[in-house]
Amino acid sequence: MSAASETGTVGRARYSWGADEHLFVEMSEEMSLPAYFKAMAIVTALRDRRPDGVLDICPANAAYQVRFDPDVLAPADLEGLLRGLEAEVGDAHDFKLETRIVEIPVLYDDPWTNETLMKFRDRHQDPNATDLEYAARINGFADKAAFIEAHAASPWMASMVGFVAGLPFLYQLVPRERQLEVPKYVRPRTDTPKQTIGHGGCFGCIYSVRGAGGYQMFGITPSPIYDPRQELPDFEDFVCFFEPGDIVKFEPIDRDRYDELLADAEAGRGSIRRRAVTFDFEAFSADSDAYNARLLEVLRVD
Amino acid sequence: MSIEVVKPGLSTTVQDRGREGYYHVGVPPSGALDQFSSTAANLLVGNDADAAGLECTFLGPELRFAEAAVVAVCGADIEPRVDGEAQAAWTSFEVPEGATLGFGHVRAGARAYIAVAGGLDLPVALGSRSTYLLGGLGGLAGRALKAGDELLVGTAVGGAEAGRSVPDPLRPALAKELEVRVVMGLYDHLLTDEGRRTFLDTTWTLTPVADRVGFRYRGAQLAMLEREQPFGAGSDPSNIVDAPYPIGSIQVPGGVEPIVLHRDAVSGGGYAMIATVISADMDTVAQSAPGAQTRFVSVELDAAMAARHERNDRLHRLATELG
Repeated sequence: MSAASETGTVGRARYSWGADEHLFVEMSEEMSLPAYFKAMAIVTALRDRRPDGVLDICPANAAYQVRFDPDVLAPADLEGLLRGLEAEVGDAHDFKLETRIVEIPVLYDDPWTNETLMKFRDRHQDPNATDLEYAARINGFADKAAFIEAHAASPWMASMVGFVAGLPFLYQLVPRERQLEVPKYVRPRTDTPKQTIGHGGCFGCIYSVRGAGGYQMFGITPSPIYDPRQELPDFEDFVCFFEPGDIVKFEPIDRDRYDELLADAEAGRGSIRRRAVTFDFEAFSADSDAYNARLLEVLRVD
Repeated sequence: MSIEVVKPGLSTTVQDRGREGYYHVGVPPSGALDQFSSTAANLLVGNDADAAGLECTFLGPELRFAEAAVVAVCGADIEPRVDGEAQAAWTSFEVPEGATLGFGHVRAGARAYIAVAGGLDLPVALGSRSTYLLGGLGGLAGRALKAGDELLVGTAVGGAEAGRSVPDPLRPALAKELEVRVVMGLYDHLLTDEGRRTFLDTTWTLTPVADRVGFRYRGAQLAMLEREQPFGAGSDPSNIVDAPYPIGSIQVPGGVEPIVLHRDAVSGGGYAMIATVISADMDTVAQSAPGAQTRFVSVELDAAMAARHERNDRLHRLATELG
């Protein structure tokens, strides 16, 4: 696999009915940024001219689906509209995503995910190592610290938000040969602490709520990303922090800083740092490292 | 007016017709799993079809009414009792001031809907009072009822009277052997021809793993194509790059135990979906109890739409009868 697969073109999409209320559209069988951006370009255009009867527009990685009311919008009309948008968008090379870059502070190798992972060693590929030690080894890093450095160094794209409310799936914005890959647990855990930083296959994630999970656990963030009661400042407008298309930078923090930020969150204070940014896929493709460096400068601007 | 929860039942939640427009961030529609029965209960007591009521599963709650109220119970075959005295289901009745509403055992079906004239008066979360359990959202503090909870009831509008009844032909049949119509598609091309036949020829048994998120069935192993897995998909032949899940879609992790997602669905994930239950049959799935013998019957989109129109007609007749 090479960087080329992250900059190449995507073939024709595949359309399939999820019975009478969903039209499912797959850009490509494999995950790639061109497939993701083609889906986002179509979804953005559809949102701009959203016809009556469209209930939900859900982009996810290399696919998207539209949930609709066929009593209002005939299935054939929706399919015609989506195929038309696909033709309009083409390979979406010139698509620019209006989004934001956000900073998620992370206490890596923390006591809570370590305590949890020890309870489920019998479900893990390597019962004698922690998730971080295992991930570092199979990705060819000398130690945990080197793995954490790679995990936190470059930004990630929230290529899907869901599974449960507000949970972002994150795709690392680096050439494919540099992406971190770790299999999911052999059998899923029955417990994962809230706000765990996880990883499965090529995707990272942040668990929005406590619950079952199969992703490897690397750390935890003190910043809530889901607030169903809307008590915290970041959630005045909506219960979920993340939207599909958000760009995430992980910021390693120590235990003292973690405790400080957690106390803030518990007192109803504090806010996740975020800056508006336009993600230009063509410029990114030309030189991803240089482009990422510019993204991080935007995040630092006060 | 308020209702005190004396016993909560097995899993009783506040539900209305659900919320739309937030599935793209993982918040599913929620709402009554059996929308026909929930609508019937509301119309019987003079409520709008989308008023909030209670959905109880297998074991009903025990509720004490601070004031008199008109109530109706529809859905699963279960006997409502007022201070121990049997009442007819699918028929509105009065619960006097200070009386307790309890229930017998479920004889058929799985979920009963309790509507109270005036509807349950709870805060609206994202456009609905429905409880979304995984996300702790809506309903009463985002959770199932507990003993000691107090439920406020809104003001009943006109039309709330005892003795109104849903005509027999409009009451859905509750069977232990059922056919559920599906539209094949999504990732069914990952099944072998034999796997596809096995899916449609097997009589599946609903396992006890059946809740608002999904219904898991047992009965056969489905053969899946061996292929070189695409980048980003997991290593098992049933894995795909994480994708959105339609409500009603059927996934088959590892080729065993198909799962039908319902209205509290997880919104996406990495297991191949091979079919989707048609909207008209989601109420039927909702009323399946563990052990139910289920055949999945493949239909085309046109037939799904025809079934949908037929169900819309039944809802329309219901509204006419009880309007």
